[in-house]
Amino acid sequence: MNYRAHKLKEAVIEKIILLSGITSIVIVLLIFIFLLKEGLSLFSSVSIKDFIMGRNWYPISNPPQYGILPLIMGSILVTVGAAVLSIPVGIGSALYIAEIAPQKTREILKAGIELLAAIPSVVIGFIGMITLSPLIKNLFHLPTGLTALSGAITLAFMAMPTIVSIAEDAITAVPRQYRDAAMAMGATRWQTTWRIVAHAARPGMIAALMLGIGRVIGETMAVMMVTGNAALIPHSILQPVRTLTATIAAEMGESVQGGSHYAALFAIGIVLFIITFLINGVADIYLHRNRKKGLK
Amino acid sequence: MNAKIQEKIASRILFFCTVMVVLPVVMILAIILYKGIGAISWEFLFSMPRNGMSAGGILPAILGTLYLVAGAVLFALPLGVLTAIYLVEYSRDNFLSRLIKLAIVNLAGVPSVVYGLFGLGIFVTFFQFGASILAGSLTLGIMILPVIITASREALESVPQSFRVVSLSLGASKWQTIRHSVLPHALPGILTGAILGIGRAAGETAPILFTVAAFYLPKLPTSVFDQTMALPYHLYVISTQVPGIAENVRYGTALVLVFLVLMLNLFAIIVRSRFRKRKKW
Repeated sequence: MNYRAHKLKEAVIEKIILLSGITSIVIVLLIFIFLLKEGLSLFSSVSIKDFIMGRNWYPISNPPQYGILPLIMGSILVTVGAAVLSIPVGIGSALYIAEIAPQKTREILKAGIELLAAIPSVVIGFIGMITLSPLIKNLFHLPTGLTALSGAITLAFMAMPTIVSIAEDAITAVPRQYRDAAMAMGATRWQTTWRIVAHAARPGMIAALMLGIGRVIGETMAVMMVTGNAALIPHSILQPVRTLTATIAAEMGESVQGGSHYAALFAIGIVLFIITFLINGVADIYLHRNRKKGLK
Repeated sequence: MNAKIQEKIASRILFFCTVMVVLPVVMILAIILYKGIGAISWEFLFSMPRNGMSAGGILPAILGTLYLVAGAVLFALPLGVLTAIYLVEYSRDNFLSRLIKLAIVNLAGVPSVVYGLFGLGIFVTFFQFGASILAGSLTLGIMILPVIITASREALESVPQSFRVVSLSLGASKWQTIRHSVLPHALPGILTGAILGIGRAAGETAPILFTVAAFYLPKLPTSVFDQTMALPYHLYVISTQVPGIAENVRYGTALVLVFLVLMLNLFAIIVRSRFRKRKKW
């Protein structure tokens, strides 16, 4: 191959690689554009305020009502429940794996947590539905075990791998000198772990929690199978609820393409996209802050 | 003395937290294995469903998942590896590369059901593929793109700078250097990412709900424009939508799905740890 043909080939390959690099940006934009394209038509008949703050989600009554407040409340209740359960346990086990466990145990535990992340959500939903929900039903003497609490417990497990692995990374990234210095000053191992290491790893831990919560808000199948799917504003964690994600998954099949119900489900998609975009963006900022600190 | 007791209590509590994370994994796997193993037979794996899916096998669901996963990887692997090459080898730390990284982070965080909506909007409706293997594969492919990019980036970054310098100093062009001196060493890492992506694509339900998955089909799909059944959706259907399905059929389906996904992940973990050990630089 002569020199010029060679140069040309090189230039073409470089262009292809650059184009591939940009694809990710294009895809994010396309997702947003297509959600808007299908969802915005809803707001010609329903105001944004009625959509977000409306207390009634009756998509197939006549006239239909598209208030997603009950769905937002459902998502919040399940998410807060899952966060309360998973955050202390997740951080605790990240500290154990990073600081206390011996090398071999550590490798096994990390692999185990990776496997938990790999179990498909429909399988976790299935197990939750037939083992967890009867337990909750009998424990609290409820008419049904498919409640917000079942959803919160199920989702807490699903958030765990994200929280543990990212928090563990942040803890491991804390420089050795911090620990050595604390020990040299006479601190016990636990005092070092809790007051020095956990403190230095805080930005990374916050990122871990946010990403875990992001995963919980976006989770669909498991939550749809265990929360009972009642689109009502919940008054207790022992009531059935329906989340934003489950509503889309459950109702898209029965909506008419191009109709207002169809548009309303895409509008819920817009809400979810914006929420997760914000959470991931902020979490990323915290992650980078941690990395800079770790290098010092 | 006080500090010593504190130390003991604290490490017990942390250990207990870890048990709370790991024990459910073991329990879930044990339950599925124990209750599902009885359903597994030649007929269950290799025949069509009968009697409203309450008898017979789950062959169309298994095949459907394999088709979808193959399509997803065919789409996402080249794109993901090229993106990683751009980020590691070509881009400088400028606004564009930061924007690309932000886009990847956000792609990783988009809820799976939103990918389903996107696939419905763009592939099924706009490009008029209809609910089809093509639309479902592309949707899954986009979903696993961040997994593949992240793993490939890590693999490329772990190749020492000296490899590149030597190749360039011998007169190789930039692309020749990447092609012959960098990529071969990054291959196991890239492979790991691909396998993890496959595992993720095989288990997801929400993205295929509106783009490809069929409740029940009497025949196997014959082209990429056909709908197909798929394992995760099949499990969802027989456990919530169809009453009266025998418990061992449901557990059996769950077992096949979990086995498939976990074997892929285990394989990826082994490839990765071998790769990390073998590295001598």
